[in-house]
Amino acid sequence: MSLHHSTRRGTPYLGCPGARRKGGLKLKLNELTVSDVRKLIDNREITARDVIDDTYKRIDEVEDRVKAFITLTRDDAYRMADNAGDTIKSGKSSLLAGVPIAVKDNMCTKGVLTTCASKMLYNFVPPYESTVTGRLSAQNYVLVGKTNLDEFAMGSSTENSSFHTTKNPWNLECVPGGSSGGSAAAVAADECIAALGSDTGGSIRQPASLCGVVGLKPTYGRVSRYGLVAFASSLDQIGPITKNVTDAAIIMNAIGGHDPSDSTSAPLELPDFALSLGQDIKGLKIGIPKEYFVEGMNEDVEASVRAAIRKLESLGAVIVEVSLPHTGYAIATYYLLATSEASSNLARYDGVKYGFRADGKDLLDMYMNTRAQGFGPEVKRRIMLGTYALSAGYYDAYYKKAQQVRTLIKQDFDKAFTQADVIITPTSPSAAFRIGEKATDPLQMYLSDIFTISINLAGVPAMSLPCGFTKDNLPVGLQIIGKHFDEQTIFKVAYAYEQSTDWHTRRPKL
Amino acid sequence: MSEDRKQNTVYGKYEAVIGLEVHAQMQTDTKLFCGCSTKFGSGPNSQTCPVCIGMPGVLPVLNRKAVEFAIKTGLAMHCSIAPYSRFARKNYFYPDLPKGYQISQYELPLCVGGHIEILVEGTVRKIGITRIHMEDDAGKNIHEAKGNYSFVDLNRAGVPLMEIVSEPDIRSPKEAAEYMRKVRSIVRYLGVCDGNMEQGSLRCDANVSIRPVGQETLGVKAELKNMNSFRFVERALEYEIKRQIKVIEDGGKVVQETRLWDSAAGVTQSMRSKEEAHDYRYFPEPDLVPMATAPELIAEIKAGLPELPDDKRKRFVSQFGLPEYDAELLTSEKALAAWYESAVSEGGQPKAVSNWIMGEVMRLLNESNKTIEECPIRPGQLAAMLRLIDNGTISGKIAKTVFEEMFMSGKDAETVVKEKGLVQISDEGAIEKAVDEVLAKSASEVERFRAGDDKLLGFFVGQVMKATKGKANPQLLNELLRKKLG
Repeated sequence: MSLHHSTRRGTPYLGCPGARRKGGLKLKLNELTVSDVRKLIDNREITARDVIDDTYKRIDEVEDRVKAFITLTRDDAYRMADNAGDTIKSGKSSLLAGVPIAVKDNMCTKGVLTTCASKMLYNFVPPYESTVTGRLSAQNYVLVGKTNLDEFAMGSSTENSSFHTTKNPWNLECVPGGSSGGSAAAVAADECIAALGSDTGGSIRQPASLCGVVGLKPTYGRVSRYGLVAFASSLDQIGPITKNVTDAAIIMNAIGGHDPSDSTSAPLELPDFALSLGQDIKGLKIGIPKEYFVEGMNEDVEASVRAAIRKLESLGAVIVEVSLPHTGYAIATYYLLATSEASSNLARYDGVKYGFRADGKDLLDMYMNTRAQGFGPEVKRRIMLGTYALSAGYYDAYYKKAQQVRTLIKQDFDKAFTQADVIITPTSPSAAFRIGEKATDPLQMYLSDIFTISINLAGVPAMSLPCGFTKDNLPVGLQIIGKHFDEQTIFKVAYAYEQSTDWHTRRPKL
Repeated sequence: MSEDRKQNTVYGKYEAVIGLEVHAQMQTDTKLFCGCSTKFGSGPNSQTCPVCIGMPGVLPVLNRKAVEFAIKTGLAMHCSIAPYSRFARKNYFYPDLPKGYQISQYELPLCVGGHIEILVEGTVRKIGITRIHMEDDAGKNIHEAKGNYSFVDLNRAGVPLMEIVSEPDIRSPKEAAEYMRKVRSIVRYLGVCDGNMEQGSLRCDANVSIRPVGQETLGVKAELKNMNSFRFVERALEYEIKRQIKVIEDGGKVVQETRLWDSAAGVTQSMRSKEEAHDYRYFPEPDLVPMATAPELIAEIKAGLPELPDDKRKRFVSQFGLPEYDAELLTSEKALAAWYESAVSEGGQPKAVSNWIMGEVMRLLNESNKTIEECPIRPGQLAAMLRLIDNGTISGKIAKTVFEEMFMSGKDAETVVKEKGLVQISDEGAIEKAVDEVLAKSASEVERFRAGDDKLLGFFVGQVMKATKGKANPQLLNELLRKKLG
C-alpha cells in the first residue's frame, strides 16, 4: 500500500496541484478529507464555496436515499462558507476554515432547529450555541446541517427517530447504527467532510463501525457537554466522526479542552493530537481482553479484528492478554444508570416552556398528554426504567448497586492498563443489521452496544476505525481503547494501522 | 421527668416537639448556577438565561460566593464543614421548576452538627442544627383571576438558598419564634441573607408533634408550611399543637401529613397525606463534580467572621454589666449593638444607655418606621444628653421631651434645652416661691397630709411641677416640700 495519508480515496491530486481546475480531473471536493480541504483552500486552489457547492450537489443526489439529515442549513452554509472565504482572502486561516461539517441534531445551534429527533422538540430553536459548535465556528467551519439520530440519542439504529430512519450507505436496506447514525451515514456518503456525534454507550463508535468511518469517543471530561442535550450526563461525550484518523485529530484539536460552562470538563491543557500521528508503535503493548472474544460474535467480524491485531503485531506492537472480569455486568449497569439519569434529564420536557405541548383539562392532564404524545416508545421505556430504579425502596438495589458495579468496571480498566497501553476489541459484535430486524426486540438492540458500553462506564476514550468487510461487503470496525486522557496513544496506534491498510479508502456505491 | 419540668410544660401533661427548616435566600449578586441577577422585584422573566430557564443542553456552574456564604453560616452556627460534599437532584414536576428537578444537597450536605443559643424567659437554651445545605430556588406561578391561564415568572428560579435544619429540640411556639429570630439575627450579622420575611428571603417550615411528658419516643408529626412571619410561626404552632392534643384527647390519632397555615382563618389545613407525599427520587447530581472544601478556605472564612450575636451578648453582660435580657435585645441587630457601644464609648452610662435604647429610641424608631441605621440621633448625642441629666441641667422627665425634639430636628440636647428653655430650676429660692404658692392654695390638702395622708406628697410635687412647667429640680423640690410640710 502506497497511499498518501492525506487523501482518503487515494485520489492523486497532490501529484498535480490544482489538477481539478487545470487538468479537468473530476475531483469531487465533498469526497476530500479535512486536511485535503485545508491545504487546497489555503493554497487558493479551491474556495470554500467550491467545497460547499460539491457537498450540496452530493446531498441533492443521494440524500433522498440515505436520509442522514433532519435539517439542511443550505443558506447558513453558504453564508459561513463566504465568511470563511473572506477570512482566507484576508490572509488568515484557521483549522476548519471552509470545511463542511454535519452536526448531530442533539447539539444546540443558535437559531437553527435542534430537535433531538423527537416530536417533543419538533419546533425548538435554541437561543444559544453549544460549546462544541461555538468552537467549530471559531475555526470558521461550515455547518452543512443537523443529522438524524435515535430520539434523544436512545438507540443503536436511528430507527427510534421520530422523523425517519437513516439508511446505511453501504446497503440501503441496513441501519447505519446509532444513535449518531445520521452523522456516520453523512460522512460515509460524502454528504459532508466530517461530522460530530455524541456517545453515551457507543453512539459514535457503533455507527462509525457500521458505516466504515472513524469515530472517537473522547475521555469523559475531554470535550464540553455544554449545549449537548443531555441523555445520561455522567456518560455523554461528544466526538468526531471522520473519514480518517487525521481528521479526527484535527476536529479534536478544535473542540477539546476545558470549558468553564461545563463543570465536568477537565481543567487540563489540550495536547496537539496531530503530533501523535506518524509515531512508531514498536514495543507498544496492546491488550486483548479475553472476555470480548466470545461465542455469538459474527465470524467475519472476528476474523477482521484478529487480522487487524496481527497487522499491529507486524508493525512492532506487543500483544498481551488482559482481563476485564466485570464485563458481563456492563449492560445491566448501564441500563440502570443511563436510564436513571435520563428520567431526570428528560423531566424538563413538560410542555410548559418550549417544544411540544398537548392540551389537557388541568395541569396534570397537560403534563401527561404532552409526555405521552411527545416521546416515542423507546424514550418512554427508558424514562420508566430510570424512574423505577430511583424510586424509594429500589434505589439501593438498583441505582446504588449499579454505581458500585460501575466502580468495579472502572477498576477493571485501571488494572488492565497496568499491563497494556491500549486495549483492542471489536466495536460491534456484528456488521450493520437490516432495518426492522431488531426494532421490536429492545434487548437484542441493547446487545449491539455490548463492546462499547463499558468504555463509557469507565470514562476512558475509545475509537472505532475501519478494519475490514464482511462477505456481504459491510464494514467492520476495530475499537481501540485508551487510558484516561490518553487519546494520544489511541491516535498513534490508529494512524499506524490506518497507514498500513486501505479500508478507509473504500467507499460505498450509491 | 422531674416535677418542675412537668410544671414547665405549657400543655399540661403533653409536651410539644418542634423542629424547624429555615430557607434563607443568600444575598449573592448572581444565581446559584448561572450569572443572572438575583435582584428582587424586576419585570417577569427579565432575569433569566438558558441555564435557569432549563433549556435543553445547559449545565450548572456553581457560584463560589454562595458556597462561602453557606460555610460562613455553618461556622457561625458551630457546624462542622464537610471536607467532601455534593449536590443531588430532587425530582418533581411543577411549572415553576424549569428543570423538573431542584439541585439540592441530600446525602452529603456542606455543614453538619451545630447549634445556636436562644434566650427564653431568662434562660439560655441550645438548639441543635442538624445540617445546612445549599439549593436553588424555584420560580413563581402567577394565576390569572379570570381566564384559564397561569403565568410563570422564573426570575427567582436558581436564586441560591440555604436550608438550615434544626434538631427537634424546640419545645414551644415561643421558642420556635425565638429560634427564627436568632437565625435571622445571625444571617444578617454575616451579611449572607437580608432576612426579609415579607419578600420571602427567609422562609420556614416546621415539623411538630406532641407526646406525653416523660415519653422518649416521638409522636407522629405534621409538617407546617406557609408561615411567613415570626408571629405566624408562633400562631400556627400554637394552633397545631392544640389541634393535635385535641385529636388525642378525643381518642383519635395524629396522622402524618403536610399542613398549610391559613393566616386569615388562623388555622392549619391538611395539604397532603403521607401517602400522597412526593417520592423525590434523589440521586447525585451528575452535572456537578463533588465539592472538596479546602481546610485553608474554611480557616480563612473562620478568621473573617464578625463577632456573632451570642458572643456579643455574653460580652455585653460581662463588659457592661447588663442583664441578659438587655444584652440579648441590644445584640439582636449588628447595627443596634454598634449604636449601643458607640453611645457607651462616648461616655454614656451602660445601663442608662440600654434603658434609653430599649425605651425611647426603639419607640421613636418604630413610630417613624425607621431602622437604627436611619436614626436621626447619633449615639454621641444620646450620651451628651445623659450627661445633662447627670449634672442636673435637666430632669429625667424633661429629658424625654428633649430627646423627642432631638429626634425630630437632629439637634444636640444642649441646643434643644436652651432653645426651649428647658433648663432645670435648681435655684432654691425660685422653687421655694413656687412651693409656697401651691401650699397657700391647697390648705385642705396640707391639713390632710399633716393628718397622715402621705400619698398627697405626689399631689404637691405635681402642682409645683405644673407651675414650673416641669423644670423644678425634683430632688430640691422634694427636700423643700418635706421641710415646709414637716
